[in-house]
Amino acid sequence: MYDYLWLIPFFPLVGFVINGLLGKKIRNEAIIGGIATLMIFLSFLVACGNFFTLLKDSEKVHQQVIASWMSIGNLQIDWGFLLDPLSALMIMVVTGVGTLIHLYSIGYMHGETGFYRFFAYLNLFCFSMLMLVLGNNALVMFVGWEGVGLCSYLLIGYYFDKKSAGDAAKKAFVVNRIGDFGFICGLLTLFWALGSKGVWTVNFVEIAENAHLLESGGVVVTVVTLAFFLGATGKSAQIPLFTWLPDAMEGPTPVSALIHAATMVTAGVYMIGRLNGLFAMAPDTMMTIAIVGAATALFAASIGLAQNDIKRVLAYSTVSQLGYMFMAMGVGAFSAGIFHLMTHAFFKACLFLGSGSVIHGMHHAYHKAHLHDDPQDMRNMGGLRKKMPITFITFLVSTIAISGLPFFSGFFSKDEILWWAFAGERGHWMLWLVGAIAAGMTAFYMFRLVFMTFFGEQKTDPRAKDHIPESGLTITLPLMVLGTLAAIGGFWGVPHVLGGIFGHMPNYLENFLAPVFEHTQVLNGIEIKPEMAHSKALEFGMMGVSVGIALVGILGAWFMYIKNPELPGRFVASFTGLWRAVYNKWYIDELYDAVFVNNCKRIGTFLWKGFDVRIVDGIVNGTAWVVKGVGSGLRYTQSGFLHNYAMAMVVGVVVIVGYYIFG
Amino acid sequence: MADYLLSLITFFPLMGMMILLFIPRDNEGLLKSFALGVTLVTFLISLPLAFDDVFAVSGGMQYREFHEWISIGSFFKMNYNIGIDGISLWLVMLTTFIMPIATLSTWKAVDKNVKGFMALLLLLETAMLGAFVSLDLFLFYIFWELMLIPMYFMIGIWGGKNRIYAAVKFFIFTAVGSLLMLVAIIYIYYYAASTGAPMEGFGVQEFYRLGIPSAAQHWLFLAFAFSFAIKVPMFPLHTWLPDAHTEAPTAGSVILAAILLKMGTYGYVRFAIPLFPEALQTYLPLLAFLSVFGIIYGSLVAMMQDDVKKLVAYSSVAHLGFVMLGIFALNMQGMAGGIIQMINHGVSTGALFLIVGFIYERRHTRQISEFGGLAHKMPIFATIFLIITFSSIGLPGTNGFVGEFLALVGAFESELRWYAVVATTGVIFAAVYMLWMFQRVMFGKVTNPENEKLKDLSVREIVIMLPLLLFVFWIGIYPNTFLSKMNPAIEQLLNQVKSKQVAVVEPVQPVIAQTLELK
Repeated sequence: MYDYLWLIPFFPLVGFVINGLLGKKIRNEAIIGGIATLMIFLSFLVACGNFFTLLKDSEKVHQQVIASWMSIGNLQIDWGFLLDPLSALMIMVVTGVGTLIHLYSIGYMHGETGFYRFFAYLNLFCFSMLMLVLGNNALVMFVGWEGVGLCSYLLIGYYFDKKSAGDAAKKAFVVNRIGDFGFICGLLTLFWALGSKGVWTVNFVEIAENAHLLESGGVVVTVVTLAFFLGATGKSAQIPLFTWLPDAMEGPTPVSALIHAATMVTAGVYMIGRLNGLFAMAPDTMMTIAIVGAATALFAASIGLAQNDIKRVLAYSTVSQLGYMFMAMGVGAFSAGIFHLMTHAFFKACLFLGSGSVIHGMHHAYHKAHLHDDPQDMRNMGGLRKKMPITFITFLVSTIAISGLPFFSGFFSKDEILWWAFAGERGHWMLWLVGAIAAGMTAFYMFRLVFMTFFGEQKTDPRAKDHIPESGLTITLPLMVLGTLAAIGGFWGVPHVLGGIFGHMPNYLENFLAPVFEHTQVLNGIEIKPEMAHSKALEFGMMGVSVGIALVGILGAWFMYIKNPELPGRFVASFTGLWRAVYNKWYIDELYDAVFVNNCKRIGTFLWKGFDVRIVDGIVNGTAWVVKGVGSGLRYTQSGFLHNYAMAMVVGVVVIVGYYIFG
Repeated sequence: MADYLLSLITFFPLMGMMILLFIPRDNEGLLKSFALGVTLVTFLISLPLAFDDVFAVSGGMQYREFHEWISIGSFFKMNYNIGIDGISLWLVMLTTFIMPIATLSTWKAVDKNVKGFMALLLLLETAMLGAFVSLDLFLFYIFWELMLIPMYFMIGIWGGKNRIYAAVKFFIFTAVGSLLMLVAIIYIYYYAASTGAPMEGFGVQEFYRLGIPSAAQHWLFLAFAFSFAIKVPMFPLHTWLPDAHTEAPTAGSVILAAILLKMGTYGYVRFAIPLFPEALQTYLPLLAFLSVFGIIYGSLVAMMQDDVKKLVAYSSVAHLGFVMLGIFALNMQGMAGGIIQMINHGVSTGALFLIVGFIYERRHTRQISEFGGLAHKMPIFATIFLIITFSSIGLPGTNGFVGEFLALVGAFESELRWYAVVATTGVIFAAVYMLWMFQRVMFGKVTNPENEKLKDLSVREIVIMLPLLLFVFWIGIYPNTFLSKMNPAIEQLLNQVKSKQVAVVEPVQPVIAQTLELK
């Protein structure tokens, strides 16, 4: 089965080529969408084959080299793939969720002029993402890494006649490039550092085997991992590079679900998981990651509290949830981080697709009523649960999952992260506290969203009110599948302490991922603090606290948006300044513009008009003028008239001075 | 046949030019077709070079031709001494490959004095090929100067509004540099003769072995380096470039960017570095600094341009900075990266100038603000432009990435590590200025009514772009085709340089650099 590994990225590439070249001629939406969906579905089948083969296999690491890519001196890079439990899990998520979202898009994008273009890009994205995940060396990963950035650019800018879409696309790519700067620096430093120990490689397996050559906790390892982490903050929208993700919501909603929630933005987490051996050797970096993750989780959640655009709430929620994953990686809870990556893919994809279903319905209604209201503004919604029952149920299930109520998927993964943050050797109670507060906020803003959208009275314009339909099967089917996964997906990774309740159910996921992470954890002493490891009461207690915090958040939302709907308005009125700061995302964009963007522009203009034109060309042209001036001056010296001398001098001075002033 | 292949390739365009002079000047169609035919045939007869596996095994000069040529008295001997190795091979191929494309781009663009333009085009091709194959310094100098003349007239006669200013500026900058080089060449000859070392006229390979005293090396190196730095162009000698590019006709810009600038970088590889390895050590930090500064500088200035062509011209300054950084790394990866990046720049920036030409021919303006929303009207153009844009940004999978990456790997392994870190920020800026321009030209709604009636690319225009697109992906996905044939030559060059260098003096590095150094 492993021989067919290359087919997994290959199928979507074929889909991209077919639709990209011929899509315009095909025109038939069913065929275009069908080809694209089929291709990613085929990948899914091959991925399943590999996944289940690997599950039973005792040998957990398999590489497949297709061809040499670059070969010069001591630099040998292959086009090669790597299948191990980590990448196996990722390809399942990418192709599985990917297939559902392709299917969804057929219905959602119906009637769009660029229908073929959309599906071509979507396939190209899947190809790139699978290259990222499957690459057996850092450079092939980087191909995928930048490839998904490109697709993100193309899909955010899908409605390219809107200026905001063009701006958002460019911003996404440029901010990601700042991260890529880190990725490249990390990669090159690592290559050189290992090379100077005699191992010239960028291959992940070889890196893992030879990481011990570097000094644990040393400067080199810290610099390398910090640089890689900068790359991760770009791709995964962490502080300080998170600003592009909310703007990325300019793209069509399926894109937000696939790229900006379920897959691409988790690439940073995956990358840290892939290089776990290296990261674990740099405690300073790990601490930085944990702090940045926790801070992002809290910060983004706070912004999410005040947004009225349904997709923006979800966007900030994504940033916040990614923060959790980074916190997990930072405290060494690698499999918990990957676990949350997976459950998040389920419930967040479902939430985005659900919001898409709502927007689709609202848009339809406004279109029928010839209105131009904003179909994404939650203040125009309300009471939709009766109009869109399937969307509502799946959305509610996913909201419960993200809020961390017991036995839904998010509960298991989030709790394991919080437990490690609290009780892990590299954890700290403050990390736990920040995470717990953010969890409360998450429950609040998510239920606020649900209440504003699906409950209460319908605030849609009366003329459009009755035209809101439930979406068709291509849209609701993916919702149902993802909703189910969001509900039960967590049982794959039930923590040990809870396993007892379910008849000694083992933590399947942790066991599955153990070949990737266990060695690192043992080697670097990453474990639950011994004094806490056996205290079931403590673990249950912490669990109870975080569930309690979530319930408080939900009740708060209920109190403010169902019980006393006038309360939010009063709150805004009395805390205008605070509310405005939160609503405007703490003015981070404005800050970046003022500090970085404008200064770069200023320097660019200065160098061009000040240095190039005035100084360098000034010297060159000035020399020419002087030569000319001297020449004519010499001629006038022959005239013998004093006024000519004076005139020449005046003219010369005027010309030269004038040149420098106006030139 | 193989004995004279290189001469045939080099002088075929010149022979074509001679015949072209007999074609009546009002038969413009024939003149253009004929010139295109000549450049195409030149390309075809140069193809066997690229498929010759000898370059993959031997780093020495192949296809050598040697004839005594001019001798003045018994002292001055200038020989017709040519040959190529795995480095110049690719520059010869780049030249023969770009010329038909450039010729085809003149179809609609050049409408006055077609005969003159075509004749100059062919003359220029011979001059450029001659410079790349010369192994005699004096012969090289003749071809080097010969290039100047056609380009000067192409800008001065067929250029835009400010063509005279641009042409004169181009001429003065380049001529100043060449004069210094000429003096240095003559000095080397005298010196070589005075030592009584075996020499073959101005044969550069004999000069390699000379061991010129350090004191003399310094100013000789500076003379060569200055001359080549103008051509590259390196900061702060780059200001002729934006003017020359902006004013030159499309074909001129393409040739200037794709091939002529490579004379400067090639000059470093073939002459300045191997001839004066000791002096190089002294000036390496300065040159590396200027390269890296050029990357940042070119990017920042490019960002603020409101003329598309000027933007592309300034982006050249940045791209060439990567080439130079790679070369100055003085190791396998860096050198290979530099050379690959030379080819890349020829392909991608050449393509960008063609793209600018396409819209200029349609709208007769290059102001970014005049455009917007073109993606609606010209979808094929939009696709091609997008691919080239990302190739220029250096997206992995395209050629730009391979070149930049190898150059950076090389720089990281050498003492230029900290320069490389700064240079890497160039990947951010490249995205900024290219994507901002792309957005303003292609995205948004069509706001200018003039753009409403724009036609998408014609078949001829697509045919021009296809070969370039092929190489964007070929070099991006399988660069080994090129790397394998350049490896032996680079290895030989580096051995040559290293053997002549005195014990390597560690350049002064910041404190952090020392702490980062592995114990």
